[in-house]
Amino acid sequence: MGSFQPILTRNVGVPNSERIAVYLERGGYTALRKALKTPPDELIALVKDSGLRGRGGAGFPAGLKWGFMPKEPVTKYVCVNMDEGEPGTFKDRLLVEHDPHSIIEGAIIAAYAVGARRAFVYIRGEFFLGVKRWIKAIDEAYAHGFLGEDILGSGFDLDLSVHRGAGAYICGEETALINSLEGKRGEPRMKPPYPAQVGLWDEPTLVHNVETLANVPHIVNNGADWYRSIGTERSAGPKLFCISGHVRRPGNYELPLGTPLRTIIEEHAGGMRGARPLKAVIPGGASTPMLTPEHLDIPMDFESLVEAGSMLGTGAIVVMEEGTCMVEVARRLMDFFAHESCGQCTPCRVGTRHLRDVLTRIVQGKGKPDDMDLLESICAGIVGHTLCPMGDAAVNPVLSSLKHFRDEYEHHIQYKRCKEA
Amino acid sequence: MATDAQVLDPARRSRLLTALYIAQEQEGYLSPQALKRVAERLDLPEAEVFSTASFYTLFRAEPVGQYVIQVCTGLSCYLADGAERLVDYLERKLGVGAGETTSDGMFTLETVQCLASCGTAPAMRVNDELYENLTTEKVDMLIDQLRERAERWAAFNRS
Repeated sequence: MGSFQPILTRNVGVPNSERIAVYLERGGYTALRKALKTPPDELIALVKDSGLRGRGGAGFPAGLKWGFMPKEPVTKYVCVNMDEGEPGTFKDRLLVEHDPHSIIEGAIIAAYAVGARRAFVYIRGEFFLGVKRWIKAIDEAYAHGFLGEDILGSGFDLDLSVHRGAGAYICGEETALINSLEGKRGEPRMKPPYPAQVGLWDEPTLVHNVETLANVPHIVNNGADWYRSIGTERSAGPKLFCISGHVRRPGNYELPLGTPLRTIIEEHAGGMRGARPLKAVIPGGASTPMLTPEHLDIPMDFESLVEAGSMLGTGAIVVMEEGTCMVEVARRLMDFFAHESCGQCTPCRVGTRHLRDVLTRIVQGKGKPDDMDLLESICAGIVGHTLCPMGDAAVNPVLSSLKHFRDEYEHHIQYKRCKEA
Repeated sequence: MATDAQVLDPARRSRLLTALYIAQEQEGYLSPQALKRVAERLDLPEAEVFSTASFYTLFRAEPVGQYVIQVCTGLSCYLADGAERLVDYLERKLGVGAGETTSDGMFTLETVQCLASCGTAPAMRVNDELYENLTTEKVDMLIDQLRERAERWAAFNRS
């Protein structure tokens, strides 16, 4: 693993990496030149063959998503999802702030491949530095003829602009993002129809996460076989793993998919911060079920994590040492979900608040003997009963902590204090 | 290819969030009058504008201090032993609780969850600036700087 050379983060750390001059000097926009001379169908086939899967959390094959867009020359849109907000996740912000042009280049190629002439960047409202850098980066791209009319003499036109979100986690869900772009409340829409058929202003729309698009120029430059040589058979390519919590060196580490969790924690993040051993790991952001030390040798790819009863999610690894109160961890995450529930579906709106209240009283030593059953029954009332995946996601911290640390809940309820305190 | 006329109508509504940001810059929050003006300018029903504004946490319905401090209390900031300590420290230092504004109108203290700074925890935002790897010493310096900046600004406005 030590020999792996960064691909997505190759420009991070280079002075002024956000400027187009630096990006061009380092080989930027060569993939765009190549792509514009390639028939769109071939590009779609290339991305399909590469095995690239969405990096926003769901892991859907990107090439299939491109293929779902209608071939007819109707109005179509591309949206770049820059609404990173899943607790534990800070990978997109790195690319957004330090390498905007790689994302712009990926977005232009995607728009050309699916035949969209208008693209939007939806950036999290809190990313103020990102907004400033993106306004500048887009200006630079226009000035160099990479955006606007007749891009590089290809006859292809594309306009791109930044749209700032305003503080709503749910807008990372693609249909909520579309509603927010339209200037509405960021409430998810019923699927189907999927955005590829009925998206922004009811037109076919391709929505991609930042990290997904950042892969595209490299696939165009180096080919599908090269891309598939990185990672595992079904989880191809590099991945940004952002690691935080009780490790010595928290941060972003770009590694091939399938890198063992233990390698990421021990070799890259420097291991545990102190003498206390590892107790629990959230492998892919707040909404992925937590794992325990027995899972440390798991390869970090889409399939292996599902097999272990969790998900790769955003690749945001949160490490917790012995002594951490797992009921408090669940309570804190539920506080987040209760706050961020958009309110549209009653099971999610009421259920997340109810879960938060029960978890809070357990932490405060006021838990009741049947509270664990109650938690499970509220979770069962949410799962599968909401429009968007947030309901299913919100129950994961509760159910997984109950599964692995039931004794802690029992101790809290019986002795009215934390076992770990 | 969509014509300008086709694009113009939905585009008007899509300007709403941007318009709300601009309106909020005037008074630091969205007063009922400000919401009304936004509705008029975009030719949208007032109820639609209010409903949309109320959905997003970065739009405020109440006045706030000159500097809004948002301390992250998300999981990673909590694990870094920083979140609670920082909130307690700022509450004592500013003499207000979370969600409150100092009597001189200078600072509003809030808690939020996750600023995508989990690897550089603990973190907080002050207005649009992000501050990471915080210690109480760094917070002291920052608060002093902000007070100084506010005084210079007030003096400039008086002159």
